Amino acid sequence: MTDTVLTKEKRSRADVIQRLAAFGALLLLIVAFSIASPYFFTFDNIVGILIATAVNGLLAIGVTFIIITGGIDLSVGTVMTLSSVMAAVFVKRWGLPIPLGILAAVLTGTIAGFLNGVMISRMKLPPFIATLGMLNVARGLSLVITQLSPIYFPLESGWNNIAMGSVLGAIIPGFDIPNGVLIMFAAAAVAGLILSKTVIGRYTFAIGSNEEAARLSGVNVAIWKMAIYALGGIFVGLGGVVIAARLNSAQPALGLGYELDAIAAAVIGGVSLSGGEGTILGTIIGAFIISTLTNGLRILSVPQEWQIVVTGLIIILSVYLDIIRRRAKA
Amino acid sequence: MDDMLVQMQGIDKTFPGVHALKGCDFDLKRGEVHALVGENGAGKSTLMKILSGIYDMDAGQILLKGQPVSIPNPHAAQKMGISMVHQELNLMNHLTAAQNIFIGREPLNFFFLDEHALNQNAAKIFEMMNLAVQPWMKVADMTVAKQQMVEIAKALSFNSEVLIFDEPSAALTDVEIKELFRIIRQLKDNGVGIIYITHRLEELFQISDRVTVLRDGAYVDTVKTEDATINQIIKMMVGRVIYESAPEVPEDRGQDIVLEVRNLSSDNVLKNVNFNLKRGEILGFAGLVGAGRTETARAIFGADPYDSGEIYINGERVNIKNPSDAVAHSVAYLSEDRKRYGLCLGLDVKKNIVITIYEKVTAFIGWVREKFVASIASKIVEQLSIRTPSLDQKVKNLSGGNQQKLVIGKWLAKDADIMIFDEPTRGIDVGAKQEIYSLLNDLAAQGKSIIMISSELPEILRMSHRVVVMCEGRVTGELDYTEANQESIMQLATQRNGGNSVPVNA
Repeated sequence: MTDTVLTKEKRSRADVIQRLAAFGALLLLIVAFSIASPYFFTFDNIVGILIATAVNGLLAIGVTFIIITGGIDLSVGTVMTLSSVMAAVFVKRWGLPIPLGILAAVLTGTIAGFLNGVMISRMKLPPFIATLGMLNVARGLSLVITQLSPIYFPLESGWNNIAMGSVLGAIIPGFDIPNGVLIMFAAAAVAGLILSKTVIGRYTFAIGSNEEAARLSGVNVAIWKMAIYALGGIFVGLGGVVIAARLNSAQPALGLGYELDAIAAAVIGGVSLSGGEGTILGTIIGAFIISTLTNGLRILSVPQEWQIVVTGLIIILSVYLDIIRRRAKA
Repeated sequence: MDDMLVQMQGIDKTFPGVHALKGCDFDLKRGEVHALVGENGAGKSTLMKILSGIYDMDAGQILLKGQPVSIPNPHAAQKMGISMVHQELNLMNHLTAAQNIFIGREPLNFFFLDEHALNQNAAKIFEMMNLAVQPWMKVADMTVAKQQMVEIAKALSFNSEVLIFDEPSAALTDVEIKELFRIIRQLKDNGVGIIYITHRLEELFQISDRVTVLRDGAYVDTVKTEDATINQIIKMMVGRVIYESAPEVPEDRGQDIVLEVRNLSSDNVLKNVNFNLKRGEILGFAGLVGAGRTETARAIFGADPYDSGEIYINGERVNIKNPSDAVAHSVAYLSEDRKRYGLCLGLDVKKNIVITIYEKVTAFIGWVREKFVASIASKIVEQLSIRTPSLDQKVKNLSGGNQQKLVIGKWLAKDADIMIFDEPTRGIDVGAKQEIYSLLNDLAAQGKSIIMISSELPEILRMSHRVVVMCEGRVTGELDYTEANQESIMQLATQRNGGNSVPVNA
């Protein structure tokens, strides 16, 4: 018995090290950039990083659920855009109140996710193809609905405050953290609870770990998969609300490439692309690593095209480290 | 009679092309361990999969405590108290033991999972089993034996009265098997009826009360274990009137040793494997599933690493690190799973044939000389009489027998000297089998050296000049074709603890 206990301790220690590794990398980046530039560690810049992370963080939360089931969602970027367009249609075109606009965006994301789930678990399409199709459908619909031009929210509507206002600043003067950031952290907390403490979270891991075993144990895998894709869509819809509020507009041409940043954040944060493993905390740290890196390199006047190269290298490195860790475990 | 838990009567089951069960009978009493034995393919697993609701039966009836029942799916079986512990584990490695046991039946605390209750419920089961397993431990971090215990705990969590074990000991060490037996005895004392499928005949005498033997899908007999001997049971297992064609063994085999393996060992899978292969010889590799035959072949071919040992080809020590090294030494391996490892199913016949020799059929900068390819391919197709409408036919459209010939053709094109065939006739029909056999004989007559791994004893007896028998990663014996028969091979194939490796040239 003692030997199994020992291996367990050894292994969970390896897991902890992995989790600390992502967090440590983030701290290291912050320290390095702070030393390299006096402008980095300022309140305004940190707020800038936070708000820059909010949208990608929300999309990454959504895609984390999907990836843990062993699937993938390429449509999160353009579905986010479609969600923001629907919010604009409700609030600007139809003059409906803001809460209904938010509801429209969240529902759009949920429905798109649900349809992805139907295609994957009922029509048996591979997730890559189903969500690639959804990527284009959502992108096209955004362009059709807006007739190719952005829809701006009336300034007096207060839509902008959803992301850029600061409830915190009103309570604690000077501590002007934008609401968009709070939305992301709140969503992360809820998502973390769902993933670790509820049945749908449990089945997310079970399906990703061994779908056939889950099915043979009486788990209705088809239905739960649809539910999980829909659940991921809720966070994508929220991402649509935040980006529309940040830009105070729905930009129909936006969204392509966002899915890759979201997937990258999840993967850097330790979500396994083969399914069964991952945490919301890790994903959020992954999202912060990407935005901190982008922000820091910009402050150091590294050209934007090189920032993209570095992001790519970080993805390769983090997945390679994960593979090494697995090999050591096996 | 009220002790009778299960009665299966006249169970019949046909799969496409195979009559898997022919009117089988089986019964199980409360508080007994009833072993089910038979050769590979005798129908043991099929019979039990019918009892546990995984397969439907075509005819026959099942009585549960005297009442006729129908068992449409595994879920229904579990509700009736029938659970099966599968040979291949069905666990979710990323989840904990407790989470696995109660998957689909999680206790809730309002909206949230009640992890505490979950772990306690699992702990109760482990306690009942007298097992020290932490419910919160991830399955991935457990030994195979512990994982097996989790499967058993899961089966018990349904309050099972009938527990089916499908070769539970296959992956366990001796100590772990003792632990398994302890738990089985304890379950038995609690009145659970246990069906135990095994290949390890000596286990029968340690654990079972009765033994039922199946052969070729038919019921042979049920005997009390205490009245039986291993030899009797082996006779019952193999005693069919086999289609005993005289061994087709060409006498003029050479004496030069082309391949010699010394003390090949690899991490519990292979233990000091020694044997040699002569020019123009067909060397049969017999043994039960999991005896280490495929592993030996893969180690020689460089597909898996080995820890220690030496391999000599034509008297020279070689260091084969990967399959392309092996191919360079003119060694070919024809996998038992030809669809997964032997062929590119989506490509056509000629592309598959030349895949081993692309460097020969390409001109400068890799331009493929299509005419040359076609001429090589048509020669092979003709030589092996592969039935295909054209050289451009996609391989997935060929029959199993023709696919197998194509795999052979691929290595003929490469002109390999040493060919390792892993279950060359698995899943192909009788006519095609004959052709494969004569092809093997032709190859041997041409001076190719052949290792033929097969789980079909008649095939081994018919084809082999010599037979190497393996059990649990060890070579338990080597028989010349004059001494090889079903009984002598089965003896060696089930010889778990005795018998050291037979030295080369013994």
